[in-house]
Amino acid sequence: MDNFMAARSQMALSLGFHIIFSCIGMVMPFFMAVSHFLWLRTGNPVYRNVTKAWSKGVAIFFATGAVSGTVLSFELGLLWPTFMKHAGPIFGMPFSLEGTAFFIEAIALGFFLYGWNRFNRWFHWFTGIVVGISGLLSGILVVAANAWMNTPAGFDVVNGKYINIDPIKAMFNPAWFSQALHMSIAAFAATGFAVAGVHALMIMRKQNVGFHAKAFKIAAIFGVTASILQPLSGDISAKMVAKTQPAKLAAMEAHFITRPNTPLIIGGVPDVKNKKVDYAIELPGLLSFMVHDDFKTPVTGLDKIPEKNQPPVAVTHYAFQLMVGLGMLMMALGVLYLVALLKKRSWFDKRWFLKLFIAATPIGFIAVEAGWTVTEVGRQPWIIQGVMRTADAVTPMPGVAYSFYLFTAVYFTLSIVVIFLLYRQIKMVPVIYDKDTPKPVSA
Amino acid sequence: MIYVVIVFLWVALLLYLVMGGADFGAGIIEMFTSNKNKSRTRKIMYNAIGPIWEANHMWLIIAIVILFVGFPVIYATMSTYLHIPLVIMLMGIIARGTALTFRNYDAVHDNMQKVYNKIFVYSSFITPLFLGIIAGSTVSGRVDPLATNFMDAYIYSWLNWFSVAIGFFTVALCGFLAAIYLIGETEDERKRFIRKAKLMNIAAVVAGSVVFVASVKEGIPLVQWVFGSIIGVVAVSAATISLIALWYLIANGKRFIIRVLAGFQVTMILITTTYKHYPNIIILKNGGHLSLIQHQGAEKAIQMLGAALLIGSVFILPALFYLVWSFQYKPEKTEHEGGDEQ
Repeated sequence: MDNFMAARSQMALSLGFHIIFSCIGMVMPFFMAVSHFLWLRTGNPVYRNVTKAWSKGVAIFFATGAVSGTVLSFELGLLWPTFMKHAGPIFGMPFSLEGTAFFIEAIALGFFLYGWNRFNRWFHWFTGIVVGISGLLSGILVVAANAWMNTPAGFDVVNGKYINIDPIKAMFNPAWFSQALHMSIAAFAATGFAVAGVHALMIMRKQNVGFHAKAFKIAAIFGVTASILQPLSGDISAKMVAKTQPAKLAAMEAHFITRPNTPLIIGGVPDVKNKKVDYAIELPGLLSFMVHDDFKTPVTGLDKIPEKNQPPVAVTHYAFQLMVGLGMLMMALGVLYLVALLKKRSWFDKRWFLKLFIAATPIGFIAVEAGWTVTEVGRQPWIIQGVMRTADAVTPMPGVAYSFYLFTAVYFTLSIVVIFLLYRQIKMVPVIYDKDTPKPVSA
Repeated sequence: MIYVVIVFLWVALLLYLVMGGADFGAGIIEMFTSNKNKSRTRKIMYNAIGPIWEANHMWLIIAIVILFVGFPVIYATMSTYLHIPLVIMLMGIIARGTALTFRNYDAVHDNMQKVYNKIFVYSSFITPLFLGIIAGSTVSGRVDPLATNFMDAYIYSWLNWFSVAIGFFTVALCGFLAAIYLIGETEDERKRFIRKAKLMNIAAVVAGSVVFVASVKEGIPLVQWVFGSIIGVVAVSAATISLIALWYLIANGKRFIIRVLAGFQVTMILITTTYKHYPNIIILKNGGHLSLIQHQGAEKAIQMLGAALLIGSVFILPALFYLVWSFQYKPEKTEHEGGDEQ
């Protein structure tokens, strides 16, 4: 494995790992706050138990997310020193604010986790809300920094020097809003479905049904709402990508030839050599309509992009198709949930209904990873779109491959341990959290 | 504004050393505790450090963000030539951060606890060791941008007697801070932590002397740096006086006072070691320097960074202060408001 590939793989691995933990760490405090609120209002101890059980999960995810985030702030320099030398002062603004938000989140988490019985109960509830809001804010800020790499703004390059730096303009770069919106909703959808899925499994196994049903409902409503809103933000994102990164959009769609009535290409196997897509469904004019609000106007295809500036088509295309497909599935499931909630309450006890949610546990996160692949791979060969090539940013130190193997081993182990810990948390629900309810008769 | 940023960088490093140091030290103390007392030590430590645990580590993030936004060349140079010790330190940070949380939040208490404990204890030693090595390397004059082979560029930049001695000195300091911090957490364990604090203090003095010996061996003018300026001499004297006061008060003094004295010593040490170099933060092999003033980032970036730090501290510092105060000095409510602790 050459150095460049190793550095890219390590970065991809670290981000791919961190993104899951940060999504959960950023969204679950909101679930917790709702359940906590319901306990304070109704006095029903099951809500308190759910809050406590979830807070343990949040602590585990927060710790893992925090350390992997610390690692990332170093890895930017360890792997891409040339990039950071130029980009640090330009896109650093969201990072400095993110530091503040994250700090507040850590302080609030200290209050929340250790504050049971210590503070006014509403103050204690409020610290939980602060955890959620500051977490969400730090997520938005980090994504704004990433958006700058896609739509760089707030500086000029003259003779290789980066001048006229304006950190505010860089932070509010063209893509910041669409990317932050899309990512935040994705975090809610993915976490909502993942948490709901786990509780659905326990309901189906008839263990602590009262407890898990309440938890399921809170998580599912968050996930369902987000999944129904998501296509909207997806549309906003796609329009922004079309405007600012035509090469990325063309790769997402495997759209090789610029032509009027540009079709939307669904599925298929891109054949880069012959510039065509096999076995795809083509909906004529639809891409033109989605991008330009008009069925005729041509959308820039890869033929208009010099070959050395083209991203890898196959990876981007497959990842994009996967993301959209899973997003649609989640939306369908969301609609089904709403039907159940409003019309067919009996479905909630049906095995097929629970099974659908259990099956959906991982799909939100698969979609998040796919979407992130689209953003990052679709930007290649640029680390700063149109300004700096990824290959020019990599560290001169040889042997990055070993560091990549090391990080792979560590992150793999950590993932296993976190799953193991969650399994034990869930297994102990009857003993630790939901001890008031009688044990189930079935074994 | 550049001075505001530099002050924040320095304060972030100091607070990381003092507060983060105390919790690295907690692991080091655990390492040197007999099996008989281990679980009690762990419990005391958890109660004392748990609530501020996550916040302690934010100082490192703040410092690193200040570096890459405000001083990108310095950040890029460090992360290139000190890549290897930085990766090892990061491994330590990952291992500690997760092991501590896992051992506290694992729903089942069984043999896995032993695994978490081992990982926590070893990484508590390795992380400050490499933190110290990195700090030592920046001023050891071994970072060589002109190096042509792997060993000179990426190994000898940090692997030398001086840096390693500073690494061990940092470990001893952390252990000392933690022991002082834990004195007064419980009345009945007071004697045990006093003994630990004294031992760690002796270890720190020994390690500190080794640093001087190593500096002579490596041809680094440390003696001149420390004693060559009024500030250095004053700081060293103040540290010595506070150390004497600390030994005198350690048995019966209020925990607040002995904590302040210990923190004061670390502050003095950091002043001594950074004053002479200021504003040079990395000394290169060819005698060149990377300076906080000469290598600052774009004007506008510094201004915004300074503003962000000032605004941030308005939110962070009172909240952090209240957090520490609540868990140290505010009595726990007696009324049973619902639910047990675990």
